[in-house]
Amino acid sequence: MSRALTLPRLRDATVPWLLPAALIVGWQAAVSTGLVSNRFMPAPLDVLRAGYDAARTGELWTNLGVSTLRALAGFAVGGGIGFALGLANGLSRLSETLTDTSVQMVRNVPHLSLIPLVILWFGIGEEAKLFLVALGVFFPIYANTLHGIRSVDPALVEMGRVYGMSRAELFRRVVLPGALPSIFVGLRYALGIMWLTLIVAETISASSGLGYMAMQAREFMLVDVVVLAILIYAALGKLADTLTRALERSCLSWNPAYRSA
Amino acid sequence: MLLDAVSRDALPASAPTAFRTAAPPRPAGRGLSVTVNGLHKSFDGNPVIAGLDLFLPAGSFTAIVGRSGCGKSTLLRTILGLERPSAGRVTVEAPSAASPRAVPPKRIMFQEPRLLPWASVLDNVAVGLTGLGTRAERRDRARAALAEVGLADKAGQWPATLSGGQRQRVALARALVSGPGLLALDEPLGALDALTRIGMQDLIERIWRTQGFTALLVTHDVSEAVALADRILVMEDGGVALDLRVDVPRPRRRGEPDLARLEGRILDHLLGAPQAA
Repeated sequence: MSRALTLPRLRDATVPWLLPAALIVGWQAAVSTGLVSNRFMPAPLDVLRAGYDAARTGELWTNLGVSTLRALAGFAVGGGIGFALGLANGLSRLSETLTDTSVQMVRNVPHLSLIPLVILWFGIGEEAKLFLVALGVFFPIYANTLHGIRSVDPALVEMGRVYGMSRAELFRRVVLPGALPSIFVGLRYALGIMWLTLIVAETISASSGLGYMAMQAREFMLVDVVVLAILIYAALGKLADTLTRALERSCLSWNPAYRSA
Repeated sequence: MLLDAVSRDALPASAPTAFRTAAPPRPAGRGLSVTVNGLHKSFDGNPVIAGLDLFLPAGSFTAIVGRSGCGKSTLLRTILGLERPSAGRVTVEAPSAASPRAVPPKRIMFQEPRLLPWASVLDNVAVGLTGLGTRAERRDRARAALAEVGLADKAGQWPATLSGGQRQRVALARALVSGPGLLALDEPLGALDALTRIGMQDLIERIWRTQGFTALLVTHDVSEAVALADRILVMEDGGVALDLRVDVPRPRRRGEPDLARLEGRILDHLLGAPQAA
């Protein structure tokens, strides 16, 4: 009985990793046999060694810390403003009339196209990265918060009013929980944009951070470090996504669509 | 009007007194009376209610039936204060309340349960006590109200896990938990299957008889109106076309000849009305 239960579970846990594992083994074999020159593509073991060296000297941790701090600061600023404006425009017709047209116009400018301007304004300092990340995460958070509040069931709002909820209570108990699924969509989308923006910004103009580490390595033809930086970005993106999923599952457990099977 | 006489004749002479004692045991305690004077309501210039006068005594059970678009839901929403009258007055008052603070609340049960999907069943019932007492008191009273509708064991569940009938019972518990003086029911059983609906009707009648609030039921189901109400208003063209007393003692058995005759008369009136297709 327990055997019948564990075997499929074990299979479910291992099957998704078969393909990546096979790729890594094939990759290692291709480089080791000289099929692929290690000047273009380092072997997985070389990447591991590069990671170990960078970790030992502390260079990896410094750069990782710098990048993470930038990402979180930019996210907090841009996400905070986007969330606040989304709430304001969702709740107040006046606020929406005043600001929404402007926001929609700015939204259509790709924020990465501002990089030359941002370098002129801020140089390659921290402000430049913070500004770009904040601008990037602002729009998905703003648009999804606004949409979430707009799509709250008016029948539930009427129910809350009939039962004598104050405006604050109505917001806390009906409007915000109702908007939450949509806000989470914005959050996950914004996290993706956050890493993307940071990578581009750090690759183009920086004197520290993971992107800088990768660009430095390119100067010295250290392909293994370049690949290491790329893999770390992938891991960070996956980590952010996993954390958001866990948060979603705990906040939205009332919703059958988010309940874990 | 003719019907009124018929159903009175069908009862023994002592029936009216027997009925009065059998129905709400504390009629003067909680119920609110409703007075409607010269009510007009129009939406974008289209009159929905045109010059309606009505008095509902405290503790009574009145049903309003009529074709869709006759203004019955609008009348109910106006009495509850969800719509503003275009002209005329609606007064809801407690005949025996000494201070305005002691006036029991008005509650409405909608056609849909309108439960908060992100709150537990118990917290949904506690919404009915918004602004009253401490959180612990609210939860205790909510638990008691849930037990009254037979769902004590579902307190910790999400509304999404309940059946349609169970959700509507939670909505009933939420409406009743504050001890309302007026309960308006806006086609609350329309979406339920026939058997569940009969169970709910019995539940509503039982709770009404023990609690003594004034009940106002809007429904398109004439048999439901006949089974529950002691007075039936048939609405037509924004006014009351028929005002019938149902002097059949409770508990009423479904399919009783008096009820069937009454139902037949109302249906004849509704189907034979001039605007019938």
